[in-house]
Amino acid sequence: MVESVVLWRRLVGAQVRSQLQYRASFALDLGGSFLISFIDFLAVLVIFHNVPRLGVWSVREVALLYALSSISFALTDLLIGHLDQFPQKIRDGNFDILLVRPRGSLFQVVASDFQLRKLGKAAQGTFVLVYALTALQLDWTPGRIALVIVTIPAGIVIFASVWVTGACLAFWTTDGGEFTNAFTYGGNFMAQYPIDIYASWLRRFLCYLVPIGFVTYFPALYLLDRPDPLGLPRFLEFSSPAVALAVAVLTGIVWRGAVRHYRSAGG
Amino acid sequence: MIEVESLSKQFVVRNGRFRRERKVVDAVRDISFRVERGELLGYLGPNGAGKSTTIKMLTGILVPSSGRISVAGLDPSKRRIELAKRIGAMFGQRVQLWWDLPLIDSFELLRHIYRVPADRHRASLARFREVLELDPFLATPVRQLSLGQRIRGELTAAMLHEPELLFLDEPTIGLDVVAKQRVREFLVEINRERGVTVLLTTHDLGDIERLCERLLVIDHGSLIWDGRIDDLKERYGAERTLIVDLEEPMPPLEIEGARVEKVDGPRQWLRFRGSAADLTARVAGAARLVDLQIAEPDIEEIVRRIYGVGDRRA
Repeated sequence: MVESVVLWRRLVGAQVRSQLQYRASFALDLGGSFLISFIDFLAVLVIFHNVPRLGVWSVREVALLYALSSISFALTDLLIGHLDQFPQKIRDGNFDILLVRPRGSLFQVVASDFQLRKLGKAAQGTFVLVYALTALQLDWTPGRIALVIVTIPAGIVIFASVWVTGACLAFWTTDGGEFTNAFTYGGNFMAQYPIDIYASWLRRFLCYLVPIGFVTYFPALYLLDRPDPLGLPRFLEFSSPAVALAVAVLTGIVWRGAVRHYRSAGG
Repeated sequence: MIEVESLSKQFVVRNGRFRRERKVVDAVRDISFRVERGELLGYLGPNGAGKSTTIKMLTGILVPSSGRISVAGLDPSKRRIELAKRIGAMFGQRVQLWWDLPLIDSFELLRHIYRVPADRHRASLARFREVLELDPFLATPVRQLSLGQRIRGELTAAMLHEPELLFLDEPTIGLDVVAKQRVREFLVEINRERGVTVLLTTHDLGDIERLCERLLVIDHGSLIWDGRIDDLKERYGAERTLIVDLEEPMPPLEIEGARVEKVDGPRQWLRFRGSAADLTARVAGAARLVDLQIAEPDIEEIVRRIYGVGDRRA
């Protein structure tokens, strides 16, 4: 495990070095992604310019959800965003190369790239988080501190699992990129708002099928000490790490099955 | 080293976007063969015959539909990672080097992926640097290398962890004559000097003729030849060619046991079977000879003939 992390750092380090060769272009990318993501948050502010509350949620509370989701998602994007190009690797057969090396195939796919410029988006999320936490003036009990610390890693694992599961589609369809985007980028968008504002079918979908609700909604209920407007049991507020673990295991199984279905490309 | 028994692979091909038509294609059907340690074996077949599919099953990339494979004592698709440490693979049309990094950096990353100790890596790399003359472009990013240079880099990458068994899929594709020659010499070197078992797929017959003693030929997914190249020539191409230079141009000679294939001025080409000495005597009796030579059947023609047999069977 430790050895894998060291190897990951080496592989990713090599990618980052080659990205940094073009310093000016990298700086522009980084700054651009930082600024552009504020436009994203502007959309939240526009809504609250028109309505004082979204259901029971105030602008500061939605900012908290927004920040938690954005940070988790940006860090996931940083780690594995290059999975968007994975269908291409399947189509041209270059996935072959990874399979003749003595390492796990998913590990190698993950370690094959690292888009450092996505840090701009994570930085913007952190700004919003600081704003939300300052404005909300929460009472920092040990429980709240612990929850904030585990929520972002759990969110990363959930987003990453959705991403990887979506990428598995490529083994069958040799494409499916757009379909997957609906759940990854779409999932981030959904998680930025409290799920009780959505229609009930969508809510169920986001709780049980693609468990985006566990990225922000349930942890936020605890942080804000708010009884669930949907009346769901309170233990859900702490269950994000468990859900993350479960979907990660499930994703591992799906990946294994998918690799056995790999057909390679002619030539 | 390799045992293959009744190996088959089917692919389901779907046509049409909405009304799906399912068609099952047999990429490899019921092939069996053995490869001993230290062999340099050629695996030949036209495009789409099933060569690459076989190699991909042997390396654990593809899961067979049926049949049994044992490579270095392991089942490739079940114990892929264990097997990967012991084999090397190079696919002529795939890039395993890191495109944006200097060549030497790729080797260093591979050292860590394969967990090769630093001193062994250094020694092994030193040999390849010498044999494949890598030094002039070690510091060049891979994307800037010529094809020949890149292939030399790819071969090194496939061999750095000192595998017992090397799979090469079209290693000389697209190379010029000089680069091809260098790659072939290298393969002979690692096979003879280091005892590495090599399985080589190619449709370049020059590779086969210069490198391999034994040849497997696959066509339409079935193995249609497994044996020595010399036996293959004997069986399918027993006809040799006697090229004679006559004193003056003559109409095609009529000689028993031979037929004239081509006439060019005083030079004639006669196809024959059996003893060249007897035929030469008969030709000398029919015309005045200035010079003569005998051409062995070339493997290209033989293979064309075998594929012809395959076509009739399909």
